[in-house]
Amino acid sequence: MISLLEARNIGKRFGGLQALTDVSLTINKGEVYGLIGPNGAGKTTFFNVLTGAYVPDGGEFVFNGSELPSGKPHKIVGRGIARTFQNIRLFKELTALENVMAGHHIRTKAGIWGILTQNRFTREEERLTTERAYEMLRYVGIERFAETVSKNLSYGDQRRLEIARALATEPQLLALDEPAAGMNATETGQLKTLIEQIRHDGVTVMLIEHDVKLVMGLCDRVAVLDFGRKIAEDVPAEVQRNEAVINAYLGGGKHAH
Amino acid sequence: METLIQQILNGLVIGSVYALIALGYTMVYGILGLINFAHGDVLMVGALTALQTMLFLMGFAPGMSPVVMLTIALAVAIPVCMMIGFTMERLAYRRLRNAPRLAPLITAIGMSFLLQTVAMIIWGRNYHTFPQLISTTPMQPIEGVFVTPVQLTIIGVSALIMIGLMLLVNKTRIGRAMRATAENHRVASLMGVDTNAVIAFTFVIGAALAAVAGVMFASNYGIAHYGMGFMPGLKAFTAAVLGGIGNLGGAMLGGITLGLVESLGAGYIEHLTFGFLNSSYQDIFAFIILGLVLIFKPTGLLGERVSDRA
Repeated sequence: MISLLEARNIGKRFGGLQALTDVSLTINKGEVYGLIGPNGAGKTTFFNVLTGAYVPDGGEFVFNGSELPSGKPHKIVGRGIARTFQNIRLFKELTALENVMAGHHIRTKAGIWGILTQNRFTREEERLTTERAYEMLRYVGIERFAETVSKNLSYGDQRRLEIARALATEPQLLALDEPAAGMNATETGQLKTLIEQIRHDGVTVMLIEHDVKLVMGLCDRVAVLDFGRKIAEDVPAEVQRNEAVINAYLGGGKHAH
Repeated sequence: METLIQQILNGLVIGSVYALIALGYTMVYGILGLINFAHGDVLMVGALTALQTMLFLMGFAPGMSPVVMLTIALAVAIPVCMMIGFTMERLAYRRLRNAPRLAPLITAIGMSFLLQTVAMIIWGRNYHTFPQLISTTPMQPIEGVFVTPVQLTIIGVSALIMIGLMLLVNKTRIGRAMRATAENHRVASLMGVDTNAVIAFTFVIGAALAAVAGVMFASNYGIAHYGMGFMPGLKAFTAAVLGGIGNLGGAMLGGITLGLVESLGAGYIEHLTFGFLNSSYQDIFAFIILGLVLIFKPTGLLGERVSDRA
């Protein structure tokens, strides 16, 4: 197995709250890796540190063999990590198509000179970006809403659009923060198919999710966070049996069993 | 009737200039939520730099054609203003990106004083005659209505620039990045947009528009001065608020509307007040409008996009 992402002793503190303590984990190329844990365990904080939204207080990420710059979100996207958000964060006033095209920004080069002169390179690049954006919308199944302003999309379609926008950055690692939140069973089923397709197409997936069925059905391996520490990491079936995990979820201490 | 047409025409001219300046305010506000009160002074630097260039060219190559001279003057003034816009953002505003809103606002006022003072040191306190290189000989398309070539140029050039800006923002890669950043710059950066570069670019474009507006303003009135940016800056800010600050179309609409109201107001104020006030009170209209808009429709004519921040 080739490791894609390696987190080494990641720590993050907010004032008096130690949100992450010495979190180390390794994600292999091509797998679906779950990150679970009770509310407030630090899962989203981990995503935020990974993607550069926060600067970690300690530790480092090694991605594809070299260290990630910390606190430079667009550079991290450039290296091949993209994400979605727990509470949808689309560019609401932009159309679905424009959202996806904005996601492709980092892979395009047209400078101001090219844009002002509209030279052949710029026009060709813009055409390819548009084409690729349509392709991404088709991929997640919302091509017919390309021209719709994204705030007018249904909730489920907004979630799909977020995934399309993230995929447009051409990531090697796609980090999904509770993609199934607020979805009904049918939508969750479609989402599962989509994630499987994404993995099949060569993108490694990291998944924060509360839907246990989805996590157990999708993930190759699962890490469990509790109060900012990693308390377990294993295949789903083993994690389900892990005593520390059961205690964390059921709120028990030593005397709980 | 002639007065009406004449004042509408005058209003369009000054309104175009207001619109160009207002675009700079509104773009920066849209993307950062900052009201850059130094924007009017960038206009002043543009006008005075152009003036300096023209004076130099007149001494250096006296026979040069006016259009070439004006083009060169603009070609110098625009980059100078772009540099100022870039430097302001880089040195002052960027450090205050996450500060409470009042801090960058006060800094902007400080920048305004700084630019004025530096300009006063360089160009002195006197009013300078601005060479009117485009003819100011009035033509009479309709009996009793006068229009000068410089006024027609102002309207034409402004219209072209505004169309160009709309295309830039709505149809290009960088424009898309600007709109994404305006909605939510944290998310934009997490999606791979270099938001620092986009914000710097926004300042630079706004400053370039201010440079053009400054040259137009000075050409129209034939005068340049270190404090000349204050009033048009304030008026353009009013125009931006009137149209709905943060909204490009709003800035254009607001600028033209304000120009028209002001011009018509100045034309009829004597009748309206039975001779008590004359046209030198024309400035009150802009501020009456500002007051009314802020009281009755704070989001302006076209409304601001309401966007939440990550």
